[in-house]
Amino acid sequence: MGELKLMKGNEALAEAMIRVGCDGYFGYPITPQSEVIEYLSREATPRTGMVILQAESEVASINMIYGAAGAGRRVATTSSSPGISLMQEGLSYIAGAELPCLVVNVVRGGPGLGTIQPSQSDYFQATKGGGHGDYHLIVLAPYNVQEMVDFVKLGFELAEKYRNPVMILADGAMGQMMEKVVLFDQQPRKTEFPEWATTGKPKDKPHRVVTSLFIEPEVMEQVNLRLQAKYREIEQKEVMFQTIDTEDADYIFTGFGLGARIAMKAMEIARSKGIKVGLIRPITVYPFPYSIYKEIAPKIKGILDIELNAGQMIEDVRLAVEGKVPVEFFGRMGGMIPDPESVVEHFEKVFLGGK
Amino acid sequence: MGIQVQEIPINPEIVQDENLLYCKPDTLTPKPFHYCPGCGHSTVHKILMEVVAEMGIQEEIIGVAPVGCSVFAYDYMDVDMQEAAHGRACAVATGIKRMMPDKFVFTYQGDGDLAAIGTAETIHAANRGENILVVFINNAVYGMTSGQMAPTTLPGMVSTTSPFGRDVHTMGYPIKVSELLATLPAVAYVTRQSVHTPGNVRKTKKALQKALEYQKQGLGFCLVEIVSNCPSNWKMTPLESNKFIDDKMIPYYPLGDVKVPEVK
Amino acid sequence: MAKSLGDVVIDIEKCKGCELCIDACPQETLALAPRINQKGYHYAIKVQDNCTGCNNCALICPDAVITVYRKIVK
Repeated sequence: MGELKLMKGNEALAEAMIRVGCDGYFGYPITPQSEVIEYLSREATPRTGMVILQAESEVASINMIYGAAGAGRRVATTSSSPGISLMQEGLSYIAGAELPCLVVNVVRGGPGLGTIQPSQSDYFQATKGGGHGDYHLIVLAPYNVQEMVDFVKLGFELAEKYRNPVMILADGAMGQMMEKVVLFDQQPRKTEFPEWATTGKPKDKPHRVVTSLFIEPEVMEQVNLRLQAKYREIEQKEVMFQTIDTEDADYIFTGFGLGARIAMKAMEIARSKGIKVGLIRPITVYPFPYSIYKEIAPKIKGILDIELNAGQMIEDVRLAVEGKVPVEFFGRMGGMIPDPESVVEHFEKVFLGGK
Repeated sequence: MGIQVQEIPINPEIVQDENLLYCKPDTLTPKPFHYCPGCGHSTVHKILMEVVAEMGIQEEIIGVAPVGCSVFAYDYMDVDMQEAAHGRACAVATGIKRMMPDKFVFTYQGDGDLAAIGTAETIHAANRGENILVVFINNAVYGMTSGQMAPTTLPGMVSTTSPFGRDVHTMGYPIKVSELLATLPAVAYVTRQSVHTPGNVRKTKKALQKALEYQKQGLGFCLVEIVSNCPSNWKMTPLESNKFIDDKMIPYYPLGDVKVPEVK
Repeated sequence: MAKSLGDVVIDIEKCKGCELCIDACPQETLALAPRINQKGYHYAIKVQDNCTGCNNCALICPDAVITVYRKIVK
């Protein structure tokens, strides 16, 4: 059992980056996640020698990540929605050049400059690619501060296993709330680097090139086919989700991250009223756990999807159930947080013909 | 019909290994350059790799290629390299250098890459004193996209997007990158050179070598701006383009050191 | 007095006929061949046996196709 602490989500995330043996962090301050770079600036370098650099923009920070990840180092950046939009160019290049790295989006309400309050309105951007070209990030959606810590470790493992960028899709609430967390022990920083990394041309071996440029269409298609094969493998092997009380359920509440957390409470209220509600919480939102919804659809009467947006993940849920069961939506936008009572009220209205 | 010329065979008494004075350096790959005839890009590739060979640092240097005509620089430079997004070379180089401060790191960028889309990355890398070498090719035009106006296009100069000549009242003045960056305290060495005559090639090579020596000493950001040509997009022969450098480019972009490190 | 004798070997298939070497040669040793190479360029050739091995042609050659030899004779 690791160290038990009461921590704010953003600081727990930063602490996990230090403990996982991160070599570098490049970032730009933006609410609601600026505590990450502040915490790292105080803590990281004296403890592990980790490099912390405040870049001039998110455009620069994601390209610093490209360079550092291309040198085989374990590196991370964090931002919030408008900053993540600026990073999309870099993320596309990182995906194309197949560089492992960790990117955290502490989502705030949009569009545009939006609000600094929590939101989940970047689901499409995170799970469907985000930048140009056919690619995917592996996307992990934490629903508590513990997962903000655990997904840093898991994120790097997946990133390095697949040579693919990993995103933690959090939100302003995950970043700002305080909870108790169990911290894993300090891991050493890497001393050996992958064979493809540009660390200086090895003697008597070909030079290494990190690039996403393949000008010949025949070659570019092959690169794309390889990427797609990788994504299919990830979809086969890395799907993660949580279910609660689905065995006897007549209805399912579903959501990711903060939406799932609210759904859990709503489920308790519904159960206390004698309504048999279960819950499905995707932990990986890419790869999305389509199969669990498909499997459960014939056994239930309906699904209520709860998100802090206009309804984004619901498209994947509907895709999964193939019309076999009605899927309804409840959400708030613009930084407003739905309360569990309203969720149940809405559920009763749409599914039970209620008050 | 042209003048009749007779090829003279090589002299086997002179063409002997012990008399070898110059050959293409091993630090260039065997791949023929794709650049247009007479283009200064490959001349700079060549001398940069000669410096790498002479300093014996082929295994200790990492380059960053830009977007522009030299996007394939890594096809020719036989060192580890990364291809950056357009304008982001200095940010990519920052990431590499901060992870491996003991390695040599350089970027190779054109005027569009460095002084238009990548201005912020360039200025901030310079301002942080990133201990890297930036090789900046200024040929006053966007070459790869076939001849549009660059931030360094001369006043009145015709390009496909300034077909009546660059009007400084609506398009601004050409940016003097060297002078601009030299004002920053963390910048160690700024020089403007050219490769349009053998003598200038020698000087530019010396400047590149100095910059890498300074990097070894940890002095900080070094910029070697190279005023170069673009015969294809200037619609000139290579020889005419080199004359244009003398007549038009150098008067606006004077050659020489703009900032040198203080001798300790 | 020592005399410098030079010679050049040109990789004609990689030459693009830009003529920069011809212009840079103080001895007028080089000229463009009337023939073209496989890429369709008139390539540089040696037309006079008076090379001093000054290396100017190789320095200015953008394509690094010129190899220079120099022998100092007493």
